[in-house]
Amino acid sequence: MSQIELHGITKRFGDHRAVDRIDLAIARGGMTVFVGPSGCGKTTLLRLIAGLEDPDEGRLLIDDEDMTGTAPAQRGLAMVFQSYALYPHMTVRANIGFALKLAGMARPEIDARVERVAAMLHLTPYLDRRPAALSGGQRQRVAIGRAVVREPRAFLFDEPLSNLDAALRGRMRVELRRLQQELGTTAIYVTHDQAEAMTMADRIVVFRDGRIEQAGRPLELYHRPANRFVAGFIGSPAMNFLAGPRAATFGAAEIAIRPEDLTVAAEGWSGTVTVVEHLGAESYVHLVLEDGAPLVLRSRPGEEPANGAKLRVAPVAAKVHRFGSDGLALG
Amino acid sequence: MTVRASRHARRLGRLLVTPSVVALLAWMIVPLAMTLWFAALDYRLLDAGPARFAGLANFAALLADPGFYAAVITTLYLLALALALSVGGGLVLALLLDVAAFGRGALRVLVISPFFVMPTVAALVWKNLMMSPVSGVLAWIAQGLGLPAFDWFAHAPLVAVAIIVAWQWLPFAALIFLTALQSLDSEQREAAQLDGAGPIAMLRYLTLPHLARPAAVIVMIETLFLLSLFAEIFVTTGGGPGNATTNLAFLIYQQALQSYDVGGASAAGLVAVVLANIVAFFMVRLIGRSLTA
Repeated sequence: MSQIELHGITKRFGDHRAVDRIDLAIARGGMTVFVGPSGCGKTTLLRLIAGLEDPDEGRLLIDDEDMTGTAPAQRGLAMVFQSYALYPHMTVRANIGFALKLAGMARPEIDARVERVAAMLHLTPYLDRRPAALSGGQRQRVAIGRAVVREPRAFLFDEPLSNLDAALRGRMRVELRRLQQELGTTAIYVTHDQAEAMTMADRIVVFRDGRIEQAGRPLELYHRPANRFVAGFIGSPAMNFLAGPRAATFGAAEIAIRPEDLTVAAEGWSGTVTVVEHLGAESYVHLVLEDGAPLVLRSRPGEEPANGAKLRVAPVAAKVHRFGSDGLALG
Repeated sequence: MTVRASRHARRLGRLLVTPSVVALLAWMIVPLAMTLWFAALDYRLLDAGPARFAGLANFAALLADPGFYAAVITTLYLLALALALSVGGGLVLALLLDVAAFGRGALRVLVISPFFVMPTVAALVWKNLMMSPVSGVLAWIAQGLGLPAFDWFAHAPLVAVAIIVAWQWLPFAALIFLTALQSLDSEQREAAQLDGAGPIAMLRYLTLPHLARPAAVIVMIETLFLLSLFAEIFVTTGGGPGNATTNLAFLIYQQALQSYDVGGASAAGLVAVVLANIVAFFMVRLIGRSLTA
């Protein structure tokens, strides 16, 4: 059952269609991730849902209610911004309780709710500090607390983890996902990082140039990309793309093969090893084929070939993704 | 190696700043020392004999003079009034300019123009064209409303001077506030919008706290200039009626160039320096708090 529905939502900036006739239904209680390269319209769409921008065309339904022209505060959505957007002159307590205070809630109830949320986010010792006296991760949690305390219909996350260092980002990813599942609140999460999308999402929506390229469960996108763009965007290291006669033998204009679906074989495409990446649990071997096409294959540690070695590789036939000349996947 | 180089660099640095240090000392210390010396002399330009050492007699005379206390109060009152008008008005102007949709560039030039009018001209314009009870714009407006014309310089001379000064400082305050407003993080505004803040709440909880710091800077800078206000008083009221608009700067002027009492004027000048320092001390503490917050 869907909680937020978009019908033909369009937003233009000048002649540019930042968001182009988007139809989308967002499931209740799930984590939907909007992912795509920068400038693909994912953040604009989030802001349209929040009410910070007005669509030029289309309708927005929240809980079956038309909210297209409703003021942001009346939509019952809470947003976590990339910059956190904390109020610098207020304490953590005041920051978290600000929306409740504006809503005219009684002081004791505000205090109780703020304390509860602070305990949930491990912020209790910092309640009387100001944002300037907090670390990046703590500020991040205050921003999340400010959203949680309102008990909104849905959370909107705008690249909330991109200002954190890699280790903290990994931890916060899991923590955020756990929190969202615990609360059971619908969430929309915008990121340009496909790994973040894969780990957090119940459902991923891939955007490009203001249009939806594909929407589905993470592994669905991974195993059955609908087109060349999604195939190249999801997964790291990226898929190997090959065109020409090698693709033609599979009856396609272009084929794509994930690094884990390539094996060293007696019969196959011959190439030379240029770089070997040792990651510990696995290794990635970079090859150049005879005609200069680059290729990456995954290898188990201890079995990787030496630099400069010549070898032959072949794809697992069932795992080859085939694309037509229009870039769409062939059945 | 690096130690020697840095020692060398440090010596060179000292050498290079010497001229400006010497110039600053000459500019500051010499006049200050001379004022100190003159303040201790019975030195009247109309007396034929040589100036005689008088010790603290000039200070004693000053502190015994009720006109001195009146001047101190006038100085502080003028300061407070002009600050309130210019900061308050500047804030309103800046908020309006910030939302102005078109013609903002032209408006900004118009707003800043009073700053380029020199104080004597501004004061004359206000005195003769705006506030004159016979030919002034304000009197004309009052007449149009069927009210009697108000003689500003006769009935509210201090307020009149404060209005003129505030008008001159309005652009400064407005521009600093406008710059600060434009540096307010737009995501903060949006977050407040989602939190349900209307325009009033936005102003009270977001904009005004954000403007505390620039307001402190404006108050500090204006205070420095307003404590030594002179031209506007000289041109409009001449310190009167009576001594209603005689501030410390004007008192010193009267002592030195109307009574030709160099010793008395120097003593008053030193007291003014002390007073300015006291005011500055409290200002900096007050403002320092909002700057570190």
